Amino acid sequence: MIVAEPKSLDEIKAMVDGYDRVLMVGCGTCVEVCLTGGERSVNLTATALRLARKVDGRDIEVGEQTVIRQCDFEYLDEVKDADKYEAIVSLACGVGIQGIARKFPNTPIFPGVNTTFMGFNEEYGYYTEMCKGCGECILHLTGGVCPVARCAKSLLNGPCGGTNNGKCEIGSDKDCGWVLIYNKMEQLGTLDKFKEINAPKNYGKAGNIRSMDLRK
Amino acid sequence: MGFKEEIQSGNFVVTAEVGPPKGTDISEMKHHIKGLKGKVTALNVTDNQSAVMRICTLAVAKEIMDIGIEPIYQMTCRDRNRLGLQSDLLGAAIMGIKNVLALTGDHPVLGDHKDAKPVFDIESVQLLEVINGLNEGHDMAGLELQGATDFFAGAIVTPESIPFEPQFAKFKKKVNAGAKFFQTQAIYDMPKFMTFMERAKELNVPILAGILLLKSAGMAKYLNKFVAGVSVPQELIDELAPFKGEDALKKGIEIAGNQIAQLKEVCAGVHVMAIGAEDRVPDILAAAGL
Repeated sequence: MIVAEPKSLDEIKAMVDGYDRVLMVGCGTCVEVCLTGGERSVNLTATALRLARKVDGRDIEVGEQTVIRQCDFEYLDEVKDADKYEAIVSLACGVGIQGIARKFPNTPIFPGVNTTFMGFNEEYGYYTEMCKGCGECILHLTGGVCPVARCAKSLLNGPCGGTNNGKCEIGSDKDCGWVLIYNKMEQLGTLDKFKEINAPKNYGKAGNIRSMDLRK
Repeated sequence: MGFKEEIQSGNFVVTAEVGPPKGTDISEMKHHIKGLKGKVTALNVTDNQSAVMRICTLAVAKEIMDIGIEPIYQMTCRDRNRLGLQSDLLGAAIMGIKNVLALTGDHPVLGDHKDAKPVFDIESVQLLEVINGLNEGHDMAGLELQGATDFFAGAIVTPESIPFEPQFAKFKKKVNAGAKFFQTQAIYDMPKFMTFMERAKELNVPILAGILLLKSAGMAKYLNKFVAGVSVPQELIDELAPFKGEDALKKGIEIAGNQIAQLKEVCAGVHVMAIGAEDRVPDILAAAGL
């Protein structure tokens, strides 16, 4: 799923400083699972924003709605009465925020979250990055552990000299992806494949402005 | 004889390294380099070491050559993509640089520009293959060069890395990718290093043991705490502990000299890292009886 973290109330408040009627729209899929952008987050954020503006002596009207997904016009059609508001704050990921911006082209759109990564739901409230969307999957070569996402340098041929007791040089709270890969390959009995030199990646496939067209 | 010829003829080689300063005043750096002339076989020039922005490696390599020492051009993959790396390698070749040390490079978050975009388009193993390609007359895209390079490429290994097996597997990959010599991360645990050398024998590649000058007990503790793959044994820390300032430095020089003396029969050479005390490298070599 796509993981996002909430923007601070101060940042959201500053973004909508020039408006008195805003619509806050949540997204009920990925960002709801990671407790950032679902119905409950919309309610908490909207309430906090109203209170903060009240303290400033400038009341703000904040409408609240949550759709199943903001990355799809089919669900964006369910957003009601957007024309009654001066601006929209979206708590969806960056894809959904752009979706709602396309749905309401004449309304200023503000991001209520920072989209961070594609991750795994480790446990309630804890998510880890697993995929960079590089467009050239090599998980079969690395024991099912992705070096592109889970090595801080996206190395393809083993750990760097910074690996330290199985942890990464950028932080002792982060596992060294290549130690994970080595251990997994050892467990699978596939260490002979570790010897093979993996070629440089084709970063053309990881580039910007990507699309996929199955329309034929 | 040059570095490559010395190492290939089996002579014991000594390399040291110079870290370019941050800024344009290179008087102290030049003083250090001049002091090493005639004392070392070749001199590494680091590449934004520890991910701290400094003078570029090529410009300092030129200074080293002008003074009359053969440089070992360290190249990391942190700051340049494959176009930049190959382009700089061609530039190094026309400047007369012969030796390249292929490194991945420390992550930017360890340095002084923590917000920098890390490049790592390729990494050390792949860079070694790229250098082979340039030596054969073609670039990474397979296109023919108008004039090939003739580099002597090396790499690094961390013999005290924990866990060791993944590190050793990568070391083998570097040999297979064309590394013709190795310089190691600082070593202090002699029995562990000897075990490494025993295992490395089958690869038949010259290894220069990394000697990092300990300047105080505090520095030793710092290395243990913050530098991956380096562990200074407690007895060395205890040896240094009673001394301060110049006396501690002298003790450190004695320790480094002893290490080199022990390694003379085991390694192809030593790589001495004095970090800011390059002017004392001759003292270390004297203490080692070289």
